[in-house]
Amino acid sequence: MAGLIFRRAPPEESGQARNVNTFAGSRRSEPPAPQGSVRAEPIGDEHLATATTVEPTRRDFLYIATGAVAAVGAAAVVWPLISQMSPDASTLALASTEVDIGAIPEGQIVTIKWRGKPVFIRHRTAQEIASAEKTDWETLPDPQPDSARVQKPQWLIVVGVCTHLGCIPLGHAGEYDGWFCPCHGSVYDTSGRIRKGPAPRNLLVPGYAFLTDTKVKIG
Amino acid sequence: MHGLSTFEPKSGAVKWLEARLPILSFMHGSFVAYPTPKNLNYWWTFGAILSFMLIAQIVTGVVLAMHYTPDSTLAFSSVEKIMRDVNWGWMLRYAHGNGASMFFFAVYIHMFRGIYYGSYKAPREVLWILGVIIFLLMMATGFMGYVLPWGQMSFWGATVITNLFSAVPWVGDDITVWLWGGYSVDNPTLNRFYALHYLLPFVIVAVVALHVWALHVCGQNNPDGVEIQDVEKDCVPFTPHATMKDAFGIACFLLLYCWFIFYIPNYLGDADNYIQANPMKTPPHIVPEWYFLPYYAILRAIPNKLFGVIAMFSSIALLAFLPWLDTSKVRSAKYRPTFKIFFWLFVVCGVGLGYLGAMPADGGYVLAARILTLAYFAFFLVVLPMLGLREQTLPVPATIADAVLAKSGSASSVAAGAASAPQTKG
Amino acid sequence: MALTKKLGFAAAAMFGAVAFSTIALRAAEEGGHAEQPNPDRQSWSFSGPFGTYDQAQLQRGFKIYKEVCSNCHGLNIPFRTLSQPGGPSFTEEQVKTLAATYTVHDGPNLAGDMFDRPGRPSDYFPQPFPNPEAAAAALGAPPPDMSLLAKARKYERGFPAFVFDALPIPGGMYQELGPDYIYGILNGYTKADDPNWNLIFPGHKIAMGKPLEAGQVEYTDGTPTTLPQYAKDVSSFLYWAAEPTLDQRKRVGARVMLFLIVLATLLFYTKKKVWSDVVH
Repeated sequence: MAGLIFRRAPPEESGQARNVNTFAGSRRSEPPAPQGSVRAEPIGDEHLATATTVEPTRRDFLYIATGAVAAVGAAAVVWPLISQMSPDASTLALASTEVDIGAIPEGQIVTIKWRGKPVFIRHRTAQEIASAEKTDWETLPDPQPDSARVQKPQWLIVVGVCTHLGCIPLGHAGEYDGWFCPCHGSVYDTSGRIRKGPAPRNLLVPGYAFLTDTKVKIG
Repeated sequence: MHGLSTFEPKSGAVKWLEARLPILSFMHGSFVAYPTPKNLNYWWTFGAILSFMLIAQIVTGVVLAMHYTPDSTLAFSSVEKIMRDVNWGWMLRYAHGNGASMFFFAVYIHMFRGIYYGSYKAPREVLWILGVIIFLLMMATGFMGYVLPWGQMSFWGATVITNLFSAVPWVGDDITVWLWGGYSVDNPTLNRFYALHYLLPFVIVAVVALHVWALHVCGQNNPDGVEIQDVEKDCVPFTPHATMKDAFGIACFLLLYCWFIFYIPNYLGDADNYIQANPMKTPPHIVPEWYFLPYYAILRAIPNKLFGVIAMFSSIALLAFLPWLDTSKVRSAKYRPTFKIFFWLFVVCGVGLGYLGAMPADGGYVLAARILTLAYFAFFLVVLPMLGLREQTLPVPATIADAVLAKSGSASSVAAGAASAPQTKG
Repeated sequence: MALTKKLGFAAAAMFGAVAFSTIALRAAEEGGHAEQPNPDRQSWSFSGPFGTYDQAQLQRGFKIYKEVCSNCHGLNIPFRTLSQPGGPSFTEEQVKTLAATYTVHDGPNLAGDMFDRPGRPSDYFPQPFPNPEAAAAALGAPPPDMSLLAKARKYERGFPAFVFDALPIPGGMYQELGPDYIYGILNGYTKADDPNWNLIFPGHKIAMGKPLEAGQVEYTDGTPTTLPQYAKDVSSFLYWAAEPTLDQRKRVGARVMLFLIVLATLLFYTKKKVWSDVVH
C-alpha cells in the first residue's frame, strides 16, 4: 500500500534498504546507547574519541534538562490559550448589579437582568410570608426552610430560571401563588421552593447584600 | 525515499492499529527514519520554522476568533476589547499580527534558499510549484487578515487592491462589485474576507501536506546540489538529527519573534491602523504591510493601470516557471560563482523594491522603481536562461559523502574522494 | 572554522555593530528637514526593555485630560481601567466616585423611556459630542478620540534611523513616536500671533488652537506646572490609555526572552551531542 504513495527502492538496492533498517533502527528515539551506534563507515579519530568517551549520565542529563525546559515552555504557552476563554474584564465588571428596590410596592414581583439571566425580586405580603414560613418544609422535594432563603422576610430574591430545563416561570401563578412554569408544569411556592412538577430543585437564591434598606447588590 | 519497513510494532494494540490504519509506521517512515542528507545547513531549518508558524497562526487566530466581531460597526472596538479586556488578549493579538510578518520573513528566506541552491530543479519542479501556490495562498490570507481590524489602513489598503480588479477589460467593474458585495469596500466585504481568512489557512495546511509529500518522494536537496546516492553514507535519520537541529532553529526564531511581540509590537505595523476606518478620509500615504512592498513597487512602477496589475501578478507567477527558465546543469550556487553574484544582486533588487514600495510614488523614486522592476524581470527572463548556457562552474562533488569529507578533509587524515577536488570555501 | 573563532568573529561583529549604530544613530536623529522638523525624542519612564509607567505621572496626566482635553476630546475607555494595576491605579472607591460625577444615558426603563443616570465603573467615559458631525459643527473639525491617539500618531524616521529603531541597542526599541509627537505638538505653538500654527503638525496649520498654558492645571504633589511638564504628563497618560498592558508586556517579555535563551542553549548542545558521531 505504501508503495503506491512512495517510490519503492528497486530490488537491487533492497540490501541498502535493509541497511536503512539497522541504520535507522539504531537511532530510534529510545534512551541513547552508552557507546556510539553502528556506523556505516570509518570516521576521523577525533569524532570517534568524542563518541566513545562521553558518559551516559552527562548525555542523559542534557536530554532530560532540555525536555523538562521544553515542557515548561509548552505549559507556559498553553496557559494563556486556556485563560483567554475565561470571562474577560468587561464581563467581570458586570458580574454584580445594584438594584433600587425602594419603589417596589408590596405584592409586586420585579424582574431584573443579572449575568444575562432574569432575577425575580418579590416584595412579599404578610400573607405570602406566613404561607412560606408555615410549611412543613422537611417533606418538600427539595427541603429548605424559608429562613434559609431570605435575609429579610419581605424580600425574596431568586433567579428566575426553572431548575428543570431553564424556562422562565410565571409569577403569581400556580396552586401556592408563587410561580408556575408553563413549559412542563413545575409549581413553586412563595419562597420559590419546588412543590409539584418535574423540577428537581428550588429556585436558586443568588448571593446578595443589602447596601441600604432600599438598595441591594446582587452578585 | 523513506524507511517505512524499519518500524516494528511492539505491543498488540499498535499491531491492531497498524493492520487497520498504518499511520504510526507512516509517521515513523516520514519523520523518524526518513533519510536526511548529512550536509544540510541551517537554511534548511526554515521548513520546520514555517510549519511551526503555520500552527502558531492558526492557534492564535482561532482564539482571537472567539472574541472578534466581523461587522464594520463593531470590528474595530472588538479588537480593542481583545487588547484591553480579554485575558492575555494583548499578547494573542500581537502574536498573531507579528506572526504574520514572521511567517513571511521565514517564507522569503525559504524561497531564497531554494533559488540559491537550485532546489526548484528536476526532479523537484512540482515541489517548487506547490510552494508558489502556498505563497499565493499566504498572500491572500495575509491581505484579508489585515482588513479585519477595520482601521484606516485596513479599509484603504482593501480599497486600493480590490480596485485593481477593475483594470480587467470589459468585466473589470462587474468583478469588483461582485468582490465587494456592494459599491465600495463595506460590511459585506469585511464579512466575506473574514470567512475566507478563516478558511484559507486550512487550505494552506492541505497544500503543505502535498508539498511535504512531494519532498519525500525525491528527498531533500542539499547545499552541494548532489542527489543522495547511498543512504548509509550520505544521510542521517530525520529523528533525532534533523529534529533537534530544527528545534534549535525554531528556538532561535522564537527569540526574534518574541522580541517583536514583547518589545516592539507595533514596529512593523502602521500607526494609521489605530484609527477607525473612515470612508470619507484617505490617509496621506497608503502603504501595505512590509511583505507586500516589493510587489506594490512593481505595481506602481508601470504607469498603465492594467499593465501594472499584469506586471505585479506575473512577478509572482514567473516563479512557477523557474525550473524551466534556469538552464544550468549545476544545481547549487556553491559551484556557480557567476550565478552567485547575480543571486545577491537579485536579493538587493528585492530589498530595494521593498524600500521603494514604502516611499511616495514621485520624484527619483519612480525611476528607481522602474529600473529595479526591469532588473527583477531580467533576472528571470534573461539572466537565468543565458547564464546556464555560458557560465563557468566549479567541479561538483560526486556524492554528499564526498562533499562532507572534503569539508572536514583538511582536519582529517582520510583522503578526499577521487571525484572531488578541494573546494573553494562558500 | 572552529567554533571559538566563529564566536569571536560574531562577538567582534556585534561590538562593531553596537559602536557603529550608536554613532550612526546620533547622525540619523537629524531626521526631517528645516520646513517640517521632526519632534525631538523625549525620555519616557516607559521606554526601553524595563520601562514602566509612573503612577503619579499618569494621575497628573489624567487630571489634565479631565480638566482640559475632555471638553472636546472623547476617551473611549471604561472608568474601571483607572483602578487596574499598571495604570494610574486609583482605588476602586475613587473610581466609583469619579464615575458617579458623570451622567450616562441609559434605558429604556420599565416605562419605555431613555433616562440619564450617574456613571458606574463599568461605563465608558461619555463622549463630549453625540457624533463627529456635531463636533465638527461646533469646533470646525472633529477632535479625534484619545483612547488610541498615542499609537495612531507617528513621524517619518527615514533611513537608517528606522533600522536602528528595531534593534536592542541604546536608543533602539523605539515605540514612543506617538508620545514624542504629542509632546511636540503641545509645545509647538511657537507663533504667538497665529493660534493655529504649529511647528510639528504636518503642514503647520492645525485646527486645534493652543490647548494648554502654564499654570492652567493645579498639581497637588508639588510637580512644577510648566507647559513642558503638562505635555509630558498628558502624553504619558495618553500612551497608557492606548497601551494599558505595557508594564505586564515588558515584564512577561523579560521572562520569555530569558527562558528562550536557556532553551536555545540547551537545544544547541543537544543538537551537538546528537550529531557528535556523524561527520558533517
